Amino acid sequence: MKKYKWIVPTLYIIFLMLPIYWLLNMSFKTTTEIINTYTLWPNEFTLENYKKIFTDSTWYTGYLNSIYYVVLNTIISVAAALPAAYAFSRYKFLGDKHLFFWLLTNRMAPPAVFALPFFQFYSSVNLFDTHVAVALSHCLFNIPLAVWILEGFMSAVPKELDETAYVDGYSFWKFFLKIFIPTITAGIGITMFFCFMFSWVELLLAKTLTAVAAKPIAATMTRTASTSGYELGLLAAAGSLTIVPGAIVIYFVRNYIAKGFALGRV
Amino acid sequence: MNKTVNQKAWLFVIPVFVLVAFNAIIPLMTVVNYAFQETFGNNVFMWEGTRWFKQILLSDRFHAALGRQILFTLIILFIQIPLGIFIALTMPKEGIGVSVCLVLMSMPLLIPWNVVGAMWNIFALPDIGFLGHSLNALGFDYNFTQQSGDAWFTTVLMDVWHWTSLVVLLSYAGLRSIQPAYYQAAEIDGASRWSVFRHIELPKMKKVLTIAILLRFMDSFMIYTEPFVLTGGGPGNATAFLSIDLVKMALGQFDLGPAAAMSLIYFFIVLTVCWVFYNLMMKNEGQS
Repeated sequence: MKKYKWIVPTLYIIFLMLPIYWLLNMSFKTTTEIINTYTLWPNEFTLENYKKIFTDSTWYTGYLNSIYYVVLNTIISVAAALPAAYAFSRYKFLGDKHLFFWLLTNRMAPPAVFALPFFQFYSSVNLFDTHVAVALSHCLFNIPLAVWILEGFMSAVPKELDETAYVDGYSFWKFFLKIFIPTITAGIGITMFFCFMFSWVELLLAKTLTAVAAKPIAATMTRTASTSGYELGLLAAAGSLTIVPGAIVIYFVRNYIAKGFALGRV
Repeated sequence: MNKTVNQKAWLFVIPVFVLVAFNAIIPLMTVVNYAFQETFGNNVFMWEGTRWFKQILLSDRFHAALGRQILFTLIILFIQIPLGIFIALTMPKEGIGVSVCLVLMSMPLLIPWNVVGAMWNIFALPDIGFLGHSLNALGFDYNFTQQSGDAWFTTVLMDVWHWTSLVVLLSYAGLRSIQPAYYQAAEIDGASRWSVFRHIELPKMKKVLTIAILLRFMDSFMIYTEPFVLTGGGPGNATAFLSIDLVKMALGQFDLGPAAAMSLIYFFIVLTVCWVFYNLMMKNEGQS
């Protein structure tokens, strides 16, 4: 039985790769080939779909917009979560447990519940259709997550480290920036990965809060699909390109992921 | 770790508190505001009391959407949790295979949700999609845009594709934390494969499985984008889960009062289930 164990993960990975392959397959086909025939690989291999995305500004600005607010959100989330996670991991203070649970409840709020009030709220403070609006709104679920993950990593660092540094005459901020942060780089890496991931895959809020100037690629795709007929090849090419940033990020953090999950914090 | 009492720690938490409160409390109060009032625009509001809540709680539309949602979430949990554990048990423990498995299995988690929907739409189309074409070639009458059974099958399969990896990764991490000494002891005792799983592996995975079940419950209960892109809630209302129904009501028909009341009921259900489940697991932890 042990000998045939590899079959299960292999079958599972094949199952995972099939729809992705089909998307890639479609993206290299011409529209006529897609509509008229059923082929397992492109017979008339074409890069037209990709060319259109890289030359048409409505398409490629979608990517730039998405990357812009995702990066912004990741920076805000991690920067705000670092001191907070330190406080939760090192100190007891009034209402700490309640605050922690309250933060987590925001991860449980259905985004659909917040869509309309977000739209009205961000319109009223003149942030509608800006990258900042999307980046801030994604803090709703990314900050609690970041605090949760970072707290796990920080609690694993013995408290003696802090105490020794203070004895050696370090001020708090000097200790925090020069010693503490470098010791938890793995944790920060994982946190950034998850913030990036959840901000990148979210669509409902990003779509609700933008119109033209900050429209994410995901919204460009759905609007194309519903308005200009059904340009499947183009849609498939755009979809395939959205997989790329995630794949790059995951390649870089592959060794940290198992470690992060091992802490049971993700 | 023994923590020292320090009220100044609040200063560290303030940025997080402000940012989340800005996003959570103000919009939530807007929802509460709408839930108790009637408006005809121009910022004119009339007090309605609990009328919208009664209307929603008694409406067939809400019952149907809630029923579909509960059924969907149950199916998802019953498939993904055992399947995820099973795959994690068979994954390689060392060598290049670990990295390959982790990277490839994480792929679906990093694809934007609407792309997941679009991808499965293309994959399942009866004429040109691989899945749809194959099923029809095998003699099944498959068309997910017209038959509600097929729409359900496709939605569930899509979610299994999308999220089982999360359960796999969590279970795998739990399994990796087991010391080899436990397995050696079991081998000496001549324990069967099943009892190793039941008495060593499962208890050790309890914590990560709690997180896996909680996350899968929350996210499948809040599912919106993927079925919206795949089926649009159809055919008819067959796959109109709670979120889809809610957005239809709020942004489509602009019935703000009822939609807000429904939002609050919805949020309350998620919160209650998570809270009960969380406490139940914590209580068990205290006993054992």
